[in-house]
Amino acid sequence: MAVKTEAVGKEWPATTYEVGLEKVREYANAIGASNPVHHDREIARSAGFRDVAAPPMFCVVYSAPAVGPAVLDPEVGINLATMLHGSQEFVWGEPVCVGDRITTTAGCAEIYEQDGKGFYVFETISTNQDGAEVVRGTWTNIVRGV
Amino acid sequence: MADLKPGDAVPDLKTTPDKYLPHRYAGASGDFNPIHIDKEFATAVGLPSNILHGLWMMAQVARGNAQLADGDPRALKRLSVQFRGMGFPEQELTVSGTIKSVDGGRVVVDTVAEQGGNQVIRNAEAELII
Repeated sequence: MAVKTEAVGKEWPATTYEVGLEKVREYANAIGASNPVHHDREIARSAGFRDVAAPPMFCVVYSAPAVGPAVLDPEVGINLATMLHGSQEFVWGEPVCVGDRITTTAGCAEIYEQDGKGFYVFETISTNQDGAEVVRGTWTNIVRGV
Repeated sequence: MADLKPGDAVPDLKTTPDKYLPHRYAGASGDFNPIHIDKEFATAVGLPSNILHGLWMMAQVARGNAQLADGDPRALKRLSVQFRGMGFPEQELTVSGTIKSVDGGRVVVDTVAEQGGNQVIRNAEAELII
């Protein structure tokens, strides 16, 4: 059985995420990011940030609401029961700080089959309230037994 | 860090996620997939135990490489990883890396994460501006 590729090129509606102080602290604690710029407003500002800075990998928190509907879209047709997160890339731009409003769009970049597995590649682009790009993500999900 | 050159090692980052770390990371990230937080569910679907979130492990790779810039979150410009194998709570995770190229302040690192000799993140590459 071949994978369906109709969804390649599809884009999903943009989502917006407002970055909160305690969420950044909670995330930083969960990953062990102890640099005080992720916890303390004064230290972050004196280090040149607008406010407490999010760790780079906090991008998964504000991107997730955009990626979820893409992965679950019946037109894409992923069998969640046999899906694995195969690989991931992020390219960072402007740092994200508390108070930022981040808008993320998700699109389906590629669907292909290799060695009996389906590869589903999604791309996200996140920008801040000034229109500056903060991160670009490439999410590759692998589905066994397509 | 002024004298970084290809072949140099990034300092290892070692961390042991405690039993409840997947629950805290689930709350922090919003990923409540039961394979990460429910041992009974995980074993019922054929896993040895509940497993670590891949993106938590990726965050450790990010943190390990950011050591080159004293943890400055602005330094990390790109990180790509492949998730392979499963990571487990209550076992030490080691992130290591070797500098691949240095071009002015732009440093590219080959990096991996392993647990008990099993590479859980491989073929990873980090790019930093230092």
